[in-house]
Amino acid sequence: MNVLANIISLTIIFAVPLLLVALGGMYSEHSGIINLALEGIMVIGALCGCFMLRMFDQNGFGPAYPQLAMFLAILVAAAAGVGFSLLLAFAAINLKADQTIGGTALNIFAPAFAVVVTWAVQGQGQTTIQIPSWIRITQESLGMEPSNGFFATLFFKYQYLTTPICIVLFIIAWLLMYKTKFGLRLRACGEHPQAADSVGINVYKMRYAGVMISGFLAGIGGMAYVIAVGSGFSSSVGGYGFLALAVMIFGNWKPFTILGASIIFALFKVVAAYNSSIPFLPKLEGLKDKSSLYQMLPYIVTMIVLVFTSKKSRAPKAEGIPYDKGTR
Amino acid sequence: MKMKKPLAENAMLISILASVISIVIGLLVGFILLLILNPAKAGTGIGAMLGTGFSSLDQFGKVLYQAAPLMMCGLSVGFAFKTGLFNIGASGQYTMGAFFALIGAIMFQLPCGVCLLLACLGGAIWGLFPGLFKALFNVNEVITSIMFNWIGMFLVNLCLANMPLMLASAWGASNSDRTAALATANPGAIIPKAGLDKLFGNSSWINISVFIAIGVAILMWFILQKTTFGYELKACGMNKEAARYAGISANRNIVSSMVIAGALSGLGGGLYYLAGTIQYVLEKSILSMGFDGIPVALLANSNPVGTIFSSLFISYIKVGGSAMQPNFSSETINIVIAVIIYLAAFALLVRGVIVKILKGKKERGVK
Repeated sequence: MNVLANIISLTIIFAVPLLLVALGGMYSEHSGIINLALEGIMVIGALCGCFMLRMFDQNGFGPAYPQLAMFLAILVAAAAGVGFSLLLAFAAINLKADQTIGGTALNIFAPAFAVVVTWAVQGQGQTTIQIPSWIRITQESLGMEPSNGFFATLFFKYQYLTTPICIVLFIIAWLLMYKTKFGLRLRACGEHPQAADSVGINVYKMRYAGVMISGFLAGIGGMAYVIAVGSGFSSSVGGYGFLALAVMIFGNWKPFTILGASIIFALFKVVAAYNSSIPFLPKLEGLKDKSSLYQMLPYIVTMIVLVFTSKKSRAPKAEGIPYDKGTR
Repeated sequence: MKMKKPLAENAMLISILASVISIVIGLLVGFILLLILNPAKAGTGIGAMLGTGFSSLDQFGKVLYQAAPLMMCGLSVGFAFKTGLFNIGASGQYTMGAFFALIGAIMFQLPCGVCLLLACLGGAIWGLFPGLFKALFNVNEVITSIMFNWIGMFLVNLCLANMPLMLASAWGASNSDRTAALATANPGAIIPKAGLDKLFGNSSWINISVFIAIGVAILMWFILQKTTFGYELKACGMNKEAARYAGISANRNIVSSMVIAGALSGLGGGLYYLAGTIQYVLEKSILSMGFDGIPVALLANSNPVGTIFSSLFISYIKVGGSAMQPNFSSETINIVIAVIIYLAAFALLVRGVIVKILKGKKERGVK
């Protein structure tokens, strides 16, 4: 039973970054900007958040108020993500640059910048920022008796503050997109910006909002990824930004299908990462380096799913096309 | 990059100027970053970045050696750009090319030329997938390419781990995390040096690979500029609907463009790993060479002949970057490259400014 609780719990914690970042991509694309820079934004968010945690750990604030410190670090990660995403917004909206190329530039920039800064702060060759252990939500930290049952494993073995925050953000993201005037306007800018402009919506502002929201979510997502992996931050988020893009496409640019997609992919990721300790998987005797086989799985599954869903999938119509007022 | 109509009669000059301006700004940003991080050593840092490549014949040999695979990956990305596709999967194709070449060299003891053809084949197969997925199922080639980068890397690791004959441990060495050294396994598969090593002061890096790459670049230029096939590819890239209206099959062109792009990257992998100086190490992250092909292509504005020069430049500062350690991380180079691409993203704007300046001068000249 505990194995099942372990798998569910791990799946949730790996689904959190995918869900957050894919929702970010959804906001950006509904406003009409292809955000290929999600990977880079995650790296920058994680970098700043981890440095905050490191600082709190050293000055004693963290161990004293662990969840408050964690919350502040998440806020910093989000702010860093917003700041970095502005670079994409500026190039794509004001300068009408090619969005894919701009995103690629930011993706190359972010990990390099993270390595250089980590070196500069921690000293030569120290490329990993360690994550302090006090950030985990345990039963002790909530004043409960430590136990070892199914629900204790499910809720308290691997969970961090990012999980409840993700749930709240998911609900807000859905409400904002489908139940508010802002969401309707944002989507209009991604479908037909000329029409949106003709009824008085400022397309440039809406697109800035879309990209900044995606930066906010991807920044937190980067932090959530580092926590999920658990071995510290070494200037990489392991292709999760790109995986999130695939999740977004598979999720057909809609929040609830994105939620489902991210849980499926997280499950495969967990199977890949913990294949040796999951009892009911085939053992494949005689095959060396089994983990490579399992690690391929999430990507192969992504491709298969995309084959079956892409014909029907409908991207926002105006995504990727710079909006020029003159074309109205 | 989308090529719009030539802005002035000397569009070539403007492209080159735009690239040079991007490079200068990129280097400036890099220098400012070094100044912020470590003011005392910034001068030596930038000196190492810019001076190492010419500091000795051996280092220059390394620049030429690394330029060959970069050129191939740049050609690959650029060729796909011409058809309106973004081949971010050069890395996976490159890995597959290297893998196929090494299988030919080590397992089947084939000569160098055949191994290079195998490299093309491996890359082409890995380029076929994004092309087919796009043409048949309408899956965005960016996503497919990225997924196949990872699949390719894990697949090569899996295969190599289960092919004991391929690993160095089967050929008298102790390590099993890399492929066999070609010098012991099959000297016949090493790309010939043709006396260049003597010319370059016994540099261990130099061989004829850079000339092979230049030859391929010129061939690609010929295909794109002088053949009907190249014309159809470019037509698809500029306006898919118009091309379809003119009776050009967009799907066929997407697939063939990706296959050729894949073969180019694959050849790059072959050229790099058949030099005999480097063994393929079982990696846990995607090889960066394919990604470096993107700035090479963008700097050259996807022009195959321009790719020759841009790859030499990127290779040059990369060699400089490794000399910047231990004062600075060699990743500083990637920051410079990122700034250069970021500027290339709004190349049209930069070009517009240049045209304005040039025109302004002309008008003043008339007065």
